Amino acid sequence: MNPFTYARPGGAGEAVEAVTADPGACFLAGGTNLVDHLKLGVASPTALVDVRGAVDDTIEESPDGGVRIGAGVTNSDLAAHPVIRRSYPVLSSALLAGASGQLRNMATTGGNLLQRTRCVYFQDVTTPCNKREPGSGCSALEGHGRDNAVLGTSEQCVATHPSDMAVGLLVLDAVVVVLGPSGERRVPLADLHRLPGAEPERDTVLERGELITAVELPAPLAEGRGAYRKVRDRASYAFALVSVAALVHVRGDRITEARIALGGVAHAPWRARRTEAALEGRPLTEAGLRVAAEAELARARPGKDNAFKVPLAVNTCTAVLRDLTGVGS
Amino acid sequence: MIGTEGSGAVGAPMERIEGRAKVTGTAPYAYEHDFPDPLHVHPVLSTVPRGRVRSVDVSAAQGLTGVRATLTAPDVAGTVGAEDREFAVLQDGEVFFRGQIVAAVVADTPEIARQAATLVRVDYEVDDHEVELPPARRELYRPEEVNTGAEADTARGDADAVLADSTVRIDRTYRTPREYNNPMEPHCSIAVWETDPERLVLYDSTQGVHVVRRTLAEVLGLDAERIRVISPHVGGGFGSKGSPHAHNVLVVLAARALPGRAVKLALTRRQMFSLVGYRPNTIQRIRIGAEEDGRIGALVHDVVETSSLAKEYAEQSGVCSRMMYTARARRTTHRLAALDVPIPFWMRAPGEAPGMFALETAMDELAYACGLDPIELRLRNEPGRDPESGLPWSGRHLARCLRQGAERFGWDTRPELPRGHRDGDWWVGTGVASAVYPRLTLPGSEAEIVLERDGSHTVSIGAADIGTGTWTALTQIAADALGCGPDRVRLRIGDSRLPTASVAGGSSGISSWGSAVVAAARAFRDAHGDRPAPGARSRAETPENPEREEYAMYSFGSQFAEVRVNADTGEVRVPRILGVFSAGRIINPRTARSQLTGGMVMGLSMALHEEGVVDPRFGHVVNGDLAGYHVAANADVGRVEAEWLDEVDPHVNALGAAGVGEIGIVGTAAAIANAAFHATGVRVRDLPLTPDRFLG
Amino acid sequence: MDSTITLTVDGERRELTVDTRTTLLDALRDRLGVYAPKKGCDHGQCGSCTVLMEDRRVLACLSLAVAHDGARVTTAAGLGDGDELHPVAGAFLDEDAFQCGYCTPGQICSAVGMLSEVASGWLSHVTEDPEGPVEATDAEIRERMSGNLCRCGAYPHIVAAIRRAAP
Repeated sequence: MNPFTYARPGGAGEAVEAVTADPGACFLAGGTNLVDHLKLGVASPTALVDVRGAVDDTIEESPDGGVRIGAGVTNSDLAAHPVIRRSYPVLSSALLAGASGQLRNMATTGGNLLQRTRCVYFQDVTTPCNKREPGSGCSALEGHGRDNAVLGTSEQCVATHPSDMAVGLLVLDAVVVVLGPSGERRVPLADLHRLPGAEPERDTVLERGELITAVELPAPLAEGRGAYRKVRDRASYAFALVSVAALVHVRGDRITEARIALGGVAHAPWRARRTEAALEGRPLTEAGLRVAAEAELARARPGKDNAFKVPLAVNTCTAVLRDLTGVGS
Repeated sequence: MIGTEGSGAVGAPMERIEGRAKVTGTAPYAYEHDFPDPLHVHPVLSTVPRGRVRSVDVSAAQGLTGVRATLTAPDVAGTVGAEDREFAVLQDGEVFFRGQIVAAVVADTPEIARQAATLVRVDYEVDDHEVELPPARRELYRPEEVNTGAEADTARGDADAVLADSTVRIDRTYRTPREYNNPMEPHCSIAVWETDPERLVLYDSTQGVHVVRRTLAEVLGLDAERIRVISPHVGGGFGSKGSPHAHNVLVVLAARALPGRAVKLALTRRQMFSLVGYRPNTIQRIRIGAEEDGRIGALVHDVVETSSLAKEYAEQSGVCSRMMYTARARRTTHRLAALDVPIPFWMRAPGEAPGMFALETAMDELAYACGLDPIELRLRNEPGRDPESGLPWSGRHLARCLRQGAERFGWDTRPELPRGHRDGDWWVGTGVASAVYPRLTLPGSEAEIVLERDGSHTVSIGAADIGTGTWTALTQIAADALGCGPDRVRLRIGDSRLPTASVAGGSSGISSWGSAVVAAARAFRDAHGDRPAPGARSRAETPENPEREEYAMYSFGSQFAEVRVNADTGEVRVPRILGVFSAGRIINPRTARSQLTGGMVMGLSMALHEEGVVDPRFGHVVNGDLAGYHVAANADVGRVEAEWLDEVDPHVNALGAAGVGEIGIVGTAAAIANAAFHATGVRVRDLPLTPDRFLG
Repeated sequence: MDSTITLTVDGERRELTVDTRTTLLDALRDRLGVYAPKKGCDHGQCGSCTVLMEDRRVLACLSLAVAHDGARVTTAAGLGDGDELHPVAGAFLDEDAFQCGYCTPGQICSAVGMLSEVASGWLSHVTEDPEGPVEATDAEIRERMSGNLCRCGAYPHIVAAIRRAAP
């Protein structure tokens, strides 16, 4: 770990200025991923700008019936908040499926979105990795690939995004509020995380110096039913092999609206638009649910170790929809 | 036999003597001894699996403020014995595996030492390497002997002919991956080197202070009397702390470079994956020939497993098949591949843990092939005498363990065929396996008893408590042997200045050290009578036991598991495991229960999670941390029950007792895999049982 | 780069100088000689370093000391009242909820923090009825304690101890 300075600015603007001015600086929030990376040598900043205290850590209901979540809200406070529990239970469930009680007490909303892949090669500075060291090669492509992505991969990177929270937020159509050197902008969460393409070193569309200050949720889907299901190797305290967030509105024997997102399958939390399209307006049958789930995974391109993620995602998605709609029970 | 006299301490569920210190976090582990301004050493590990260090550039590291010394091969070559490659740290530039120590930095703080280590530039001459089993370009070979000193191969009768004539045949190959001990306390040491005269004090996290002292004396060419090793509390070891490893030599080299200063070394979790041993991966082919009634005619167990080119280690995976069941023809073999990999070493129940996974899964397959209940199959193949030695058993109670377990578990209600029970989204099944572990006593332990002025007895032996309950159990044994209450015994362990003790390994501690304590108490009474004066003192060694030549001595057990497998996702849950064990007299039921259930939990972890994944291109385990290498978490573990037969082994030792540190892990993985088969109809022969194995 | 900070550790105010890189765990262990929090993995993967910060359970190994200037930290050594063990620590002793003892101080701090989370009505991943009362059932304890690994496999006894200590 290289030496670094530590600063604690009083406000978000000041924090953005500090990081913008210093190419060696980066933001520190809960630290659960960054401190890990400092020790591993994955990150070597020369200055840390601590944004806890500089960004909002409250949750407020907005006039349009939605919610504004300060980026500094910890994962546990977010999961426990009465409004989130009542109106956005899929988010609460997703948060509680992640990490451990201790980590959720530390990790923040903004930091959770910006956490980086747990790909073993990314975390091991003695092996090539295009994300860590652009142009050095992707060790995961032909290496230990059990955790690799199956959707939206590139020849340069097959890493997955590890967040559970982000998968839950994706079906809520969350919008990320970003403060940058040239002011504030709003980025739909669906556009925040990038696919690796030829620039796997860039996880998100954020520019240097940009800081997530809040996450906004529109009003909850009326009469929607949601669930978050995570499949992992351990019963707890493990990253997802595959996870499914689903929010559906059922009228009679039809799904009138479906929002489905997948975790553990791509470089970004993955909105399953094809599954949604295949569900909406069709009569509910278990076979139909499966066909809809398969519609999204038809594009999957697994490697030698992770072909299982395709049936696993299809099965898990089908099971979640089955439970939510009561089909086949 | 003790226990019939004294205070009745043996057999009582006495609370751990050091328990209060442990629950308040004040029991000092190796790293936690205070010295003024200690220095910190951080190793630099090789990033190639095979080759030679051409040069090491330490200039940038030395330029860092706070760096006190750098250690490289040219600096320290020739200072330690180089015969054993594990201990020949920095003696030449040869690289035998990725993750070998090739340099080190000593600095004022851990942060500086760690940063400086990243600044050391190592240039290698790289050779081809081979790390996978079976090797493509390297011959397998038969070791001279396997761990424990048993023969590598055994054969009796014409196994091939009997196999060919058998009505029912099983021929299956089972694989177990590399498994890592991962004690929660990483291997840590503090070394202080004093000159004039030369003296070394080492605070170490070890399963045997005298083993460390003896080994370091040899390696350093120093009189053992000049070395003191101290280790009062050890944060687990499971075999990996049963011998010193390269890091012990490194911390001594660092201390010797900076005499008079305490030098601390704490391995990182990642470094442990290449430096402190692991259970080698195995490929085990088992062939069984039986008649339709399940009676076994031939049993063949062929083992291929990983060893290191740096130092041989031969896991005795096949030895369990030499004595578990009847067979008129039998063959067992062990073949090693000496690969460019870190040195494997003991991990809880070496041999029996992987071997019994294979054998007991094969027995389950045989039961289905014969249409027999798996318990009945085992009962039909109970040998009256040890098939290997021909000796009578000192006590073989496997059948009782199986029957008692079946009753307690509710075995008779299970559906006969697999995939016969569905509960909502989950397939449900049950499975059984046998467990076995030899009743070992190691030679070379000695205990001393001194009567203090306040009437208490100080009992000294250089034994170790790695969580096993030694502090408490030896106190109980001493109390009964001396005929006093345990509050009148002051036990001293974990220091090489105390009388010599054998290693805490092979579940031998209670037998080896306990027998020495009993012998010392007898000597004390003989020498000093009923009214000893303060200062009265006696010593005695673990007595030789002539009955070892007359009986085959083993502990046995039955393991039962209930498994649920999700029909959609393949997730495996184990809501219930039960073990019934025969382990001689139980000294302390409270700590024994913890050891047995703890072993079963580690067996569950082996079944469901554990796998060190080797990347053949780079040569190392790529998931070498606790996020990537999964061990069971609390939520993975349901009801775990251990019970034991009321039993005293009259032949094994003066206590009638055997250790219980290892037998709990033996057979658990097979019971779980067998239950998963019963639940789903999917037979998994390669550990671990991850969800993807059950999709389809 | 050094920085001077103040921590209140187990009720005692301590001033210390740390490298900005020093974690709270290393500050406690290497600078202050407070060894109750243990270093098991140093990467937030085992829970051995769990302490209570302002009464919430956190991982000391992933906390930079400099970022917690002025914090109140409670370790397993400071939970009890003088010679009196904290009820959770007492229950660990009674149930033999440990063997080697290395993960134990972290388990106990985690359990104390977890029980207050339960008392606050926080849900967990396994809570069956989000509308109903939240109780420290065995399933809840197992899930909520899964961030604390125990290689000795004392989990069943840990669950029993916490059940016993739960209000």
